Amino acid sequence: MHRPPVWLKPATHAFIAMPLLWLAWCWAELLWLNPASQSLSAEPVAYTHNNLGLLALRFLILALAITPIRKLTGWVPVMSLRRAVGLWAFAYAAIHLAFYLALELDFSLSALAREALKRNFILFGLLAFVCLLPLALTSTRAAMKRLGGRRWQLLHRLAYVAGIAASVHFILRVKGFQLEPYAYLAILLALFAIRLMPNRRRASPAQVLPV
Amino acid sequence: MLIRSPDRWALPASEATPESVYLGRRALLAGMGAGMGLAGAALATPAMASTDVKALAPLKARRTVTTADEPTALLAVSTYNNFYEFGLDKADPAANAHTLKPSPWGVRIGGLVKKPFVLDVDRYISQASLEERIYRMRCVEGWSMIIPWIGVPLSTLVNFVQPLSSAKYIRFTTLADRKQMPQIGFPSLDWPYREGLRMDEAMNPLALLTVGLYGRRLPNQNGAPIRLVVPWKYGFKSIKSLVAIDFVEQQPLTSWNQSAPREYGFYSNVNPAVDHPRWSQATERRIGEFGKRDTLPFNGYAAEVAGLYRGMDLKRNF
Repeated sequence: MHRPPVWLKPATHAFIAMPLLWLAWCWAELLWLNPASQSLSAEPVAYTHNNLGLLALRFLILALAITPIRKLTGWVPVMSLRRAVGLWAFAYAAIHLAFYLALELDFSLSALAREALKRNFILFGLLAFVCLLPLALTSTRAAMKRLGGRRWQLLHRLAYVAGIAASVHFILRVKGFQLEPYAYLAILLALFAIRLMPNRRRASPAQVLPV
Repeated sequence: MLIRSPDRWALPASEATPESVYLGRRALLAGMGAGMGLAGAALATPAMASTDVKALAPLKARRTVTTADEPTALLAVSTYNNFYEFGLDKADPAANAHTLKPSPWGVRIGGLVKKPFVLDVDRYISQASLEERIYRMRCVEGWSMIIPWIGVPLSTLVNFVQPLSSAKYIRFTTLADRKQMPQIGFPSLDWPYREGLRMDEAMNPLALLTVGLYGRRLPNQNGAPIRLVVPWKYGFKSIKSLVAIDFVEQQPLTSWNQSAPREYGFYSNVNPAVDHPRWSQATERRIGEFGKRDTLPFNGYAAEVAGLYRGMDLKRNF
Protein backbone atom coordinates (compact mmCIF):
# COMPACT_ATOMS: atom_id res chain seq x y z
CA MET A 1 0.00 0.00 0.00
CA HIS A 2 1.06 3.58 -0.70
CA ARG A 3 0.16 5.24 2.55
CA PRO A 4 1.02 8.93 2.52
CA PRO A 5 3.46 9.95 5.29
CA VAL A 6 1.63 11.41 8.30
CA TRP A 7 3.23 14.82 7.95
CA LEU A 8 2.28 15.32 4.31
CA LYS A 9 -1.24 16.65 4.75
CA PRO A 10 -0.74 18.91 7.75
CA ALA A 11 2.40 20.34 6.12
CA THR A 12 0.48 21.06 2.93
CA HIS A 13 -2.37 22.75 4.79
CA ALA A 14 0.08 24.87 6.76
CA PHE A 15 2.01 25.85 3.65
CA ILE A 16 -1.09 26.95 1.77
CA ALA A 17 -2.79 28.66 4.72
CA MET A 18 0.29 30.71 5.57
CA PRO A 19 -0.19 33.57 3.09
CA LEU A 20 -3.84 33.90 4.08
CA LEU A 21 -2.95 34.05 7.76
CA TRP A 22 -0.26 36.59 6.97
CA LEU A 23 -2.74 38.80 5.09
CA ALA A 24 -5.22 38.50 7.96
CA TRP A 25 -2.53 39.45 10.45
CA CYS A 26 -1.51 42.47 8.37
CA TRP A 27 -5.11 43.65 8.20
CA ALA A 28 -5.49 43.27 11.95
CA GLU A 29 -2.31 45.28 12.39
CA LEU A 30 -3.52 47.97 9.99
CA LEU A 31 -6.99 48.28 11.48
CA TRP A 32 -6.24 48.03 15.18
CA LEU A 33 -2.55 48.41 15.93
CA ASN A 34 -0.91 50.71 13.42
CA PRO A 35 -2.96 52.60 10.83
CA ALA A 36 0.27 53.82 9.24
CA SER A 37 1.52 50.27 8.63
CA GLN A 38 2.92 49.62 5.17
CA SER A 39 2.94 45.82 5.46
CA LEU A 40 0.29 45.71 2.73
CA SER A 41 1.92 48.55 0.75
CA ALA A 42 0.44 52.04 0.62
CA GLU A 43 -2.71 50.66 -1.04
CA PRO A 44 -3.74 47.70 1.14
CA VAL A 45 -6.98 47.05 -0.76
CA ALA A 46 -5.36 46.61 -4.18
CA TYR A 47 -2.42 44.75 -2.66
CA THR A 48 -4.68 42.26 -0.88
CA HIS A 49 -6.95 41.87 -3.86
CA ASN A 50 -4.07 41.23 -6.28
CA ASN A 51 -2.38 38.82 -3.92
CA LEU A 52 -5.52 36.79 -3.23
CA GLY A 53 -6.03 36.39 -6.97
CA LEU A 54 -2.42 35.47 -7.59
CA LEU A 55 -2.45 32.91 -4.76
CA ALA A 56 -5.70 31.41 -6.04
CA LEU A 57 -4.12 30.95 -9.47
CA ARG A 58 -0.91 29.51 -8.04
CA PHE A 59 -2.72 27.00 -5.83
CA LEU A 60 -5.03 26.02 -8.67
CA ILE A 61 -1.97 25.31 -10.78
CA LEU A 62 -0.49 23.38 -7.85
CA ALA A 63 -3.68 21.29 -7.64
CA LEU A 64 -3.48 20.62 -11.36
CA ALA A 65 0.19 19.72 -11.04
CA ILE A 66 -0.42 16.86 -8.65
CA THR A 67 -1.40 14.20 -11.20
CA PRO A 68 1.50 15.19 -13.50
CA ILE A 69 3.86 15.05 -10.49
CA ARG A 70 2.70 11.53 -9.78
CA LYS A 71 3.10 10.66 -13.41
CA LEU A 72 6.63 12.02 -13.63
CA THR A 73 7.90 10.84 -10.26
CA GLY A 74 5.75 7.79 -9.67
CA TRP A 75 5.23 9.02 -6.10
CA VAL A 76 1.64 7.96 -5.51
CA PRO A 77 1.07 9.48 -2.01
CA VAL A 78 1.06 12.94 -3.56
CA MET A 79 -2.41 12.10 -4.90
CA SER A 80 -3.79 12.30 -1.35
CA LEU A 81 -3.25 16.08 -1.50
CA ARG A 82 -5.24 16.78 -4.62
CA ARG A 83 -8.59 17.49 -3.00
CA ALA A 84 -7.13 19.64 -0.24
CA VAL A 85 -5.07 21.78 -2.61
CA GLY A 86 -8.01 22.18 -4.98
CA LEU A 87 -10.31 23.26 -2.17
CA TRP A 88 -7.75 25.75 -0.95
CA ALA A 89 -7.48 27.20 -4.45
CA PHE A 90 -11.27 27.56 -4.46
CA ALA A 91 -11.17 29.22 -1.04
CA TYR A 92 -8.60 31.79 -2.21
CA ALA A 93 -10.65 32.44 -5.36
CA ALA A 94 -13.83 32.87 -3.30
CA ILE A 95 -12.17 35.34 -0.93
CA HIS A 96 -10.68 37.18 -3.92
CA LEU A 97 -14.15 37.51 -5.47
CA ALA A 98 -15.78 38.46 -2.15
CA PHE A 99 -13.11 41.11 -1.60
CA TYR A 100 -13.79 42.52 -5.08
CA LEU A 101 -17.54 42.52 -4.47
CA ALA A 102 -17.18 44.21 -1.11
CA LEU A 103 -14.57 46.85 -1.82
CA GLU A 104 -15.04 47.66 -5.49
CA LEU A 105 -18.72 46.95 -6.09
CA ASP A 106 -20.39 47.61 -2.72
CA PHE A 107 -21.79 44.04 -2.64
CA SER A 108 -23.90 44.69 -5.73
CA LEU A 109 -24.41 41.50 -7.76
CA SER A 110 -26.02 43.49 -10.57
CA ALA A 111 -22.87 45.64 -10.73
CA LEU A 112 -20.87 42.41 -10.96
CA ALA A 113 -23.04 41.22 -13.87
CA ARG A 114 -22.64 44.59 -15.61
CA GLU A 115 -18.88 44.56 -15.16
CA ALA A 116 -18.64 40.97 -16.42
CA LEU A 117 -20.61 41.77 -19.55
CA LYS A 118 -18.64 44.94 -20.21
CA ARG A 119 -15.12 43.79 -19.47
CA ASN A 120 -13.52 40.62 -20.74
CA PHE A 121 -11.04 40.38 -17.91
CA ILE A 122 -13.83 40.30 -15.33
CA LEU A 123 -15.73 37.79 -17.46
CA PHE A 124 -12.76 35.41 -17.52
CA GLY A 125 -12.22 35.79 -13.78
CA LEU A 126 -15.85 35.02 -13.13
CA LEU A 127 -15.76 32.09 -15.54
CA ALA A 128 -12.83 30.61 -13.61
CA PHE A 129 -14.78 30.92 -10.37
CA VAL A 130 -17.97 29.47 -11.86
CA CYS A 131 -15.97 26.47 -13.09
CA LEU A 132 -14.47 25.89 -9.65
CA LEU A 133 -17.76 26.13 -7.77
CA PRO A 134 -19.28 22.75 -8.81
CA LEU A 135 -15.90 21.12 -8.23
CA ALA A 136 -15.81 22.37 -4.66
CA LEU A 137 -19.42 21.25 -4.15
CA THR A 138 -18.71 17.75 -5.46
CA SER A 139 -15.41 17.29 -3.70
CA THR A 140 -16.72 14.86 -1.08
CA ARG A 141 -16.45 11.10 -1.37
CA ALA A 142 -20.25 10.88 -1.17
CA ALA A 143 -20.67 13.23 -4.14
CA MET A 144 -18.12 11.23 -6.08
CA LYS A 145 -20.12 8.07 -5.41
CA ARG A 146 -23.42 9.72 -6.31
CA LEU A 147 -22.09 10.99 -9.62
CA GLY A 148 -20.18 7.85 -10.48
CA GLY A 149 -16.46 7.87 -11.14
CA ARG A 150 -16.65 8.57 -14.82
CA ARG A 151 -19.05 11.50 -14.67
CA TRP A 152 -17.24 12.92 -11.68
CA GLN A 153 -13.99 12.70 -13.57
CA LEU A 154 -15.47 14.42 -16.59
CA LEU A 155 -16.93 17.20 -14.44
CA HIS A 156 -13.60 17.74 -12.70
CA ARG A 157 -11.84 18.38 -15.99
CA LEU A 158 -13.43 21.82 -15.54
CA ALA A 159 -10.44 22.51 -13.31
CA TYR A 160 -8.41 22.94 -16.47
CA VAL A 161 -10.94 25.35 -17.95
CA ALA A 162 -10.78 27.26 -14.66
CA GLY A 163 -6.98 27.37 -14.81
CA ILE A 164 -6.93 28.64 -18.38
CA ALA A 165 -9.67 31.19 -17.66
CA ALA A 166 -7.84 32.41 -14.55
CA SER A 167 -4.57 32.90 -16.39
CA VAL A 168 -6.33 34.71 -19.24
CA HIS A 169 -7.99 36.88 -16.57
CA PHE A 170 -4.50 37.76 -15.34
CA ILE A 171 -3.09 38.32 -18.85
CA LEU A 172 -5.94 40.71 -19.66
CA ARG A 173 -5.51 42.53 -16.36
CA VAL A 174 -1.97 43.88 -16.53
CA LYS A 175 -0.72 47.09 -18.13
CA GLY A 176 2.06 47.09 -20.71
CA PHE A 177 3.87 43.91 -21.72
CA GLN A 178 4.52 41.62 -18.76
CA LEU A 179 5.83 38.08 -18.71
CA GLU A 180 4.48 36.77 -15.41
CA PRO A 181 0.86 36.18 -16.54
CA TYR A 182 2.04 34.32 -19.63
CA ALA A 183 4.30 32.18 -17.46
CA TYR A 184 1.26 30.77 -15.64
CA LEU A 185 -0.45 29.93 -18.91
CA ALA A 186 2.72 28.25 -20.14
CA ILE A 187 2.96 26.16 -16.96
CA LEU A 188 -0.68 25.09 -17.35
CA LEU A 189 -0.09 24.05 -20.94
CA ALA A 190 3.01 22.12 -19.91
CA LEU A 191 0.97 20.31 -17.25
CA PHE A 192 -1.60 19.47 -19.89
CA ALA A 193 1.09 18.03 -22.11
CA ILE A 194 2.43 15.85 -19.31
CA ARG A 195 -1.04 14.42 -18.74
CA LEU A 196 -1.38 13.56 -22.41
CA MET A 197 1.93 11.69 -22.41
CA PRO A 198 1.39 7.92 -22.43
CA ASN A 199 1.80 6.18 -19.09
CA ARG A 200 5.15 4.46 -18.93
CA ARG A 201 4.33 1.79 -16.42
CA ARG A 202 1.30 -0.37 -16.00
CA ALA A 203 -1.41 1.03 -13.79
CA SER A 204 -1.00 0.02 -10.17
CA PRO A 205 -4.18 -0.29 -8.08
CA ALA A 206 -3.65 3.13 -6.53
CA GLN A 207 -3.59 4.76 -9.92
CA VAL A 208 -7.13 3.76 -10.65
CA LEU A 209 -8.14 6.88 -8.69
CA PRO A 210 -9.96 9.26 -10.95
CA VAL A 211 -7.49 11.45 -12.81
CA MET B 1 6.44 85.85 -13.77
CA LEU B 2 3.55 85.74 -16.21
CA ILE B 3 1.37 83.44 -14.18
CA ARG B 4 -2.14 84.71 -13.52
CA SER B 5 -3.48 82.70 -10.66
CA PRO B 6 -7.22 82.44 -10.12
CA ASP B 7 -7.96 83.37 -6.52
CA ARG B 8 -9.43 79.95 -5.87
CA TRP B 9 -6.04 78.30 -5.74
CA ALA B 10 -3.74 81.20 -5.09
CA LEU B 11 -2.27 81.45 -1.61
CA PRO B 12 -0.30 84.25 -0.02
CA ALA B 13 3.25 83.21 0.89
CA SER B 14 2.51 83.80 4.59
CA GLU B 15 0.23 80.77 4.67
CA ALA B 16 2.91 78.29 3.72
CA THR B 17 3.17 75.45 6.21
CA PRO B 18 6.60 73.97 6.89
CA GLU B 19 7.09 70.27 6.24
CA SER B 20 7.55 69.46 9.91
CA VAL B 21 4.12 70.84 10.72
CA TYR B 22 2.07 68.82 8.30
CA LEU B 23 4.09 65.68 8.78
CA GLY B 24 3.55 66.12 12.49
CA ARG B 25 -0.16 66.64 12.06
CA ARG B 26 -0.45 63.49 9.97
CA ALA B 27 1.35 61.46 12.62
CA LEU B 28 -0.85 62.91 15.32
CA LEU B 29 -4.04 61.98 13.45
CA ALA B 30 -2.79 58.46 12.83
CA GLY B 31 -1.91 58.16 16.50
CA MET B 32 -5.38 59.22 17.55
CA GLY B 33 -6.87 56.60 15.24
CA ALA B 34 -4.86 53.91 16.91
CA GLY B 35 -5.70 55.14 20.38
CA MET B 36 -1.98 55.02 21.14
CA GLY B 37 1.28 56.53 20.01
CA LEU B 38 2.48 53.59 17.92
CA ALA B 39 1.65 55.22 14.60
CA GLY B 40 3.84 58.25 15.15
CA ALA B 41 6.81 56.05 15.94
CA ALA B 42 6.20 53.92 12.85
CA LEU B 43 6.04 56.99 10.61
CA ALA B 44 9.42 58.10 11.82
CA THR B 45 11.07 54.90 10.62
CA PRO B 46 11.48 54.62 6.87
CA ALA B 47 10.21 51.38 5.35
CA MET B 48 13.35 50.75 3.32
CA ALA B 49 16.89 51.94 3.39
CA SER B 50 16.83 53.04 -0.24
CA THR B 51 14.04 55.54 0.30
CA ASP B 52 15.71 57.78 2.82
CA VAL B 53 13.84 60.83 1.59
CA LYS B 54 15.00 62.81 4.59
CA ALA B 55 18.54 62.75 3.21
CA LEU B 56 17.51 64.74 0.11
CA ALA B 57 18.41 68.41 -0.15
CA PRO B 58 15.72 70.72 1.24
CA LEU B 59 14.26 73.33 -1.12
CA LYS B 60 12.91 76.78 -0.39
CA ALA B 61 9.60 77.39 -2.07
CA ARG B 62 6.61 79.64 -1.67
CA ARG B 63 3.31 77.85 -1.58
CA THR B 64 0.99 79.06 -4.32
CA VAL B 65 -1.55 76.28 -4.75
CA THR B 66 -3.28 74.13 -2.19
CA THR B 67 -6.22 71.78 -1.76
CA ALA B 68 -8.66 71.28 1.08
CA ASP B 69 -7.50 67.66 1.47
CA GLU B 70 -4.74 66.39 3.69
CA PRO B 71 -1.55 65.52 1.74
CA THR B 72 -0.87 61.80 1.36
CA ALA B 73 1.80 60.49 3.76
CA LEU B 74 5.31 60.99 2.43
CA LEU B 75 6.05 57.32 3.04
CA ALA B 76 3.22 56.35 0.66
CA VAL B 77 4.20 58.97 -1.92
CA SER B 78 7.75 57.67 -1.96
CA THR B 79 7.06 53.90 -1.85
CA TYR B 80 3.98 53.42 -4.04
CA ASN B 81 5.07 54.32 -7.55
CA ASN B 82 4.63 53.44 -11.19
CA PHE B 83 8.02 53.90 -12.83
CA TYR B 84 8.39 50.88 -15.11
CA GLU B 85 12.02 51.71 -15.84
CA PHE B 86 12.66 50.43 -12.31
CA GLY B 87 10.28 47.46 -12.27
CA LEU B 88 6.60 46.69 -12.67
CA ASP B 89 5.59 46.36 -9.04
CA LYS B 90 4.52 49.45 -7.08
CA ALA B 91 7.28 48.86 -4.54
CA ASP B 92 9.98 48.25 -7.18
CA PRO B 93 10.92 51.88 -7.95
CA ALA B 94 11.60 52.64 -4.28
CA ALA B 95 13.70 49.49 -4.01
CA ASN B 96 15.57 49.81 -7.32
CA ALA B 97 15.86 53.49 -8.22
CA HIS B 98 19.01 54.02 -6.15
CA THR B 99 20.94 53.28 -9.37
CA LEU B 100 19.71 56.55 -10.89
CA LYS B 101 22.24 59.40 -10.68
CA PRO B 102 20.17 62.60 -10.62
CA SER B 103 23.10 64.99 -10.33
CA PRO B 104 24.64 66.36 -12.48
CA TRP B 105 21.77 66.25 -14.97
CA GLY B 106 21.08 68.02 -18.24
CA VAL B 107 17.83 68.39 -20.13
CA ARG B 108 18.21 69.05 -23.85
CA ILE B 109 15.58 71.59 -24.86
CA GLY B 110 15.21 72.13 -28.57
CA GLY B 111 13.25 71.53 -31.73
CA LEU B 112 11.21 74.38 -33.14
CA VAL B 113 12.52 77.11 -30.84
CA LYS B 114 14.64 80.24 -31.25
CA LYS B 115 16.84 79.52 -28.24
CA PRO B 116 17.61 75.83 -27.81
CA PHE B 117 19.78 75.05 -24.77
CA VAL B 118 20.71 72.40 -22.27
CA LEU B 119 19.18 72.95 -18.88
CA ASP B 120 21.55 72.29 -15.98
CA VAL B 121 19.10 71.04 -13.41
CA ASP B 122 21.23 71.69 -10.31
CA ARG B 123 21.80 75.29 -11.34
CA TYR B 124 18.19 75.68 -12.30
CA ILE B 125 17.05 74.47 -8.90
CA SER B 126 19.37 76.89 -7.12
CA GLN B 127 18.31 79.88 -9.21
CA ALA B 128 14.64 79.39 -10.06
CA SER B 129 11.85 80.95 -8.08
CA LEU B 130 10.31 77.75 -6.79
CA GLU B 131 6.68 77.31 -5.93
CA GLU B 132 5.08 74.69 -3.74
CA ARG B 133 1.80 73.41 -5.16
CA ILE B 134 -0.37 70.84 -3.47
CA TYR B 135 -2.05 68.96 -6.29
CA ARG B 136 -4.36 66.00 -6.56
CA MET B 137 -2.76 63.13 -8.51
CA ARG B 138 -5.09 60.61 -10.13
CA CYS B 139 -3.55 57.45 -11.54
CA VAL B 140 -5.25 55.85 -14.54
CA GLU B 141 -5.39 52.65 -12.45
CA GLY B 142 -7.97 54.15 -10.11
CA TRP B 143 -6.02 55.41 -7.11
CA SER B 144 -5.13 58.94 -6.11
CA MET B 145 -2.87 60.95 -3.84
CA ILE B 146 -2.46 64.52 -2.67
CA ILE B 147 1.13 65.61 -3.21
CA PRO B 148 2.94 68.82 -2.29
CA TRP B 149 5.14 69.31 -5.35
CA ILE B 150 7.83 71.93 -5.80
CA GLY B 151 8.59 73.39 -9.20
CA VAL B 152 8.25 76.13 -11.74
CA PRO B 153 5.37 76.67 -14.16
CA LEU B 154 6.24 74.97 -17.43
CA SER B 155 5.15 78.15 -19.24
CA THR B 156 8.17 80.09 -17.95
CA LEU B 157 10.48 77.62 -19.69
CA VAL B 158 8.40 77.69 -22.87
CA ASN B 159 8.56 81.48 -22.92
CA PHE B 160 12.28 81.41 -22.33
CA VAL B 161 13.12 79.26 -25.37
CA GLN B 162 10.79 81.26 -27.66
CA PRO B 163 8.96 78.60 -29.68
CA LEU B 164 8.55 79.19 -33.42
CA SER B 165 4.99 79.63 -34.64
CA SER B 166 5.23 76.18 -36.25
CA ALA B 167 5.63 74.54 -32.82
CA LYS B 168 2.25 73.06 -31.95
CA TYR B 169 3.18 70.35 -29.47
CA ILE B 170 5.88 69.53 -26.94
CA ARG B 171 7.39 66.07 -26.71
CA PHE B 172 8.96 65.02 -23.40
CA THR B 173 11.45 62.15 -23.11
CA THR B 174 12.59 60.19 -20.06
CA LEU B 175 16.10 58.88 -19.59
CA ALA B 176 16.60 55.37 -20.98
CA ASP B 177 20.01 54.27 -19.74
CA ARG B 178 20.59 50.58 -19.11
CA LYS B 179 23.30 51.34 -16.59
CA GLN B 180 21.04 53.47 -14.42
CA MET B 181 17.86 51.57 -15.29
CA PRO B 182 18.74 47.87 -15.63
CA GLN B 183 15.04 46.98 -15.85
CA ILE B 184 14.63 48.57 -19.29
CA GLY B 185 16.24 45.44 -20.67
CA PHE B 186 12.68 44.14 -20.46
CA PRO B 187 10.28 45.62 -23.06
CA SER B 188 7.24 46.32 -20.86
CA LEU B 189 7.00 49.56 -22.90
CA ASP B 190 8.88 50.89 -25.91
CA TRP B 191 11.73 52.85 -24.27
CA PRO B 192 12.49 55.66 -23.88
CA TYR B 193 9.27 56.70 -22.20
CA ARG B 194 7.73 59.61 -24.09
CA GLU B 195 4.88 61.96 -23.37
CA GLY B 196 3.41 65.04 -25.00
CA LEU B 197 1.30 68.14 -24.51
CA ARG B 198 -0.38 70.50 -26.88
CA MET B 199 1.19 73.96 -26.71
CA ASP B 200 -1.82 75.55 -24.99
CA GLU B 201 -1.86 72.75 -22.42
CA ALA B 202 1.81 73.35 -21.71
CA MET B 203 1.12 77.06 -21.27
CA ASN B 204 -1.67 76.45 -18.76
CA PRO B 205 -0.51 77.81 -15.40
CA LEU B 206 -1.21 74.47 -13.68
CA ALA B 207 1.41 72.57 -15.74
CA LEU B 208 4.41 72.32 -13.43
CA LEU B 209 8.00 71.50 -14.24
CA THR B 210 8.71 69.76 -10.98
CA VAL B 211 11.96 69.33 -9.06
CA GLY B 212 10.80 68.45 -5.56
CA LEU B 213 8.13 67.17 -3.22
CA TYR B 214 7.45 67.52 0.48
CA GLY B 215 9.97 70.34 0.77
CA ARG B 216 12.91 68.43 -0.71
CA ARG B 217 14.40 67.46 -4.03
CA LEU B 218 12.58 64.64 -5.81
CA PRO B 219 13.32 61.12 -4.60
CA ASN B 220 14.66 59.00 -7.50
CA GLN B 221 11.55 56.85 -7.55
CA ASN B 222 9.39 59.95 -8.01
CA GLY B 223 11.24 61.05 -11.15
CA ALA B 224 14.40 62.81 -9.99
CA PRO B 225 15.77 65.25 -10.73
CA ILE B 226 13.13 66.89 -12.92
CA ARG B 227 9.69 65.82 -14.13
CA LEU B 228 6.42 67.12 -15.40
CA VAL B 229 3.24 67.37 -13.33
CA VAL B 230 -0.05 67.94 -15.16
CA PRO B 231 -2.64 67.44 -12.41
CA TRP B 232 -5.75 67.40 -14.60
CA LYS B 233 -4.47 64.39 -16.55
CA TYR B 234 -3.90 60.78 -15.51
CA GLY B 235 -0.62 60.30 -13.70
CA PHE B 236 1.25 58.67 -16.58
CA LYS B 237 1.16 61.98 -18.47
CA SER B 238 3.31 63.46 -15.69
CA ILE B 239 6.51 62.06 -17.19
CA LYS B 240 9.51 61.48 -14.92
CA SER B 241 13.29 61.99 -15.07
CA LEU B 242 13.28 64.18 -18.17
CA VAL B 243 16.28 64.30 -20.49
CA ALA B 244 14.70 66.03 -23.50
CA ILE B 245 11.96 68.53 -24.23
CA ASP B 246 11.31 69.02 -27.93
CA PHE B 247 9.00 71.50 -29.62
CA VAL B 248 7.38 69.83 -32.62
CA GLU B 249 4.75 70.46 -35.24
CA GLN B 250 2.88 67.13 -35.18
CA GLN B 251 1.19 65.47 -32.23
CA PRO B 252 3.97 63.28 -30.81
CA LEU B 253 3.61 59.54 -30.31
CA THR B 254 3.41 58.81 -26.59
CA SER B 255 4.46 55.57 -24.90
CA TRP B 256 1.19 54.34 -23.39
CA ASN B 257 -0.81 55.43 -26.40
CA GLN B 258 1.57 53.46 -28.59
CA SER B 259 1.37 50.43 -26.29
CA ALA B 260 -2.47 50.32 -26.09
CA PRO B 261 -4.17 53.01 -28.22
CA ARG B 262 -7.65 51.86 -27.21
CA GLU B 263 -6.86 52.34 -23.55
CA TYR B 264 -4.63 55.39 -23.33
CA GLY B 265 -5.32 58.43 -25.45
CA PHE B 266 -3.01 61.32 -26.19
CA TYR B 267 -5.04 63.67 -24.01
CA SER B 268 -5.79 61.31 -21.10
CA ASN B 269 -7.62 63.99 -19.18
CA VAL B 270 -9.12 62.67 -15.95
CA ASN B 271 -12.71 61.99 -16.91
CA PRO B 272 -15.16 60.01 -14.75
CA ALA B 273 -17.54 59.75 -17.72
CA VAL B 274 -15.10 57.87 -19.96
CA ASP B 275 -14.19 54.38 -18.72
CA HIS B 276 -10.89 52.72 -19.27
CA PRO B 277 -11.93 49.71 -21.39
CA ARG B 278 -11.03 47.41 -18.51
CA TRP B 279 -12.28 49.40 -15.52
CA SER B 280 -14.51 52.26 -14.56
CA GLN B 281 -12.97 55.70 -14.03
CA ALA B 282 -16.01 57.01 -12.16
CA THR B 283 -14.45 56.50 -8.74
CA GLU B 284 -11.02 56.34 -7.19
CA ARG B 285 -9.43 55.14 -4.00
CA ARG B 286 -7.42 57.79 -2.21
CA ILE B 287 -4.26 56.24 -0.82
CA GLY B 288 -4.75 55.98 2.93
CA GLU B 289 -8.52 55.42 2.65
CA PHE B 290 -10.51 52.18 2.28
CA GLY B 291 -13.68 53.50 0.65
CA LYS B 292 -13.90 54.99 -2.81
CA ARG B 293 -14.63 58.58 -3.72
CA ASP B 294 -16.03 60.09 -6.87
CA THR B 295 -13.51 61.09 -9.51
CA LEU B 296 -13.91 64.71 -10.59
CA PRO B 297 -13.87 65.91 -14.21
CA PHE B 298 -10.34 67.11 -15.01
CA ASN B 299 -9.42 65.83 -11.55
CA GLY B 300 -11.16 68.83 -10.00
CA TYR B 301 -9.34 71.40 -12.15
CA ALA B 302 -12.19 71.94 -14.66
CA ALA B 303 -12.39 75.65 -13.87
CA GLU B 304 -8.75 76.10 -14.89
CA VAL B 305 -8.47 73.75 -17.89
CA ALA B 306 -11.89 72.83 -19.33
CA GLY B 307 -11.62 75.78 -21.73
CA LEU B 308 -8.64 74.12 -23.44
CA TYR B 309 -10.96 71.42 -24.76
CA ARG B 310 -14.04 73.47 -25.63
CA GLY B 311 -15.80 72.01 -28.66
CA MET B 312 -13.83 68.76 -28.51
CA ASP B 313 -15.59 65.40 -28.16
CA LEU B 314 -13.90 64.11 -25.01
CA LYS B 315 -15.24 60.60 -25.54
CA ARG B 316 -13.34 60.38 -28.80
CA ASN B 317 -10.36 62.47 -27.70
CA PHE B 318 -9.91 60.54 -24.46
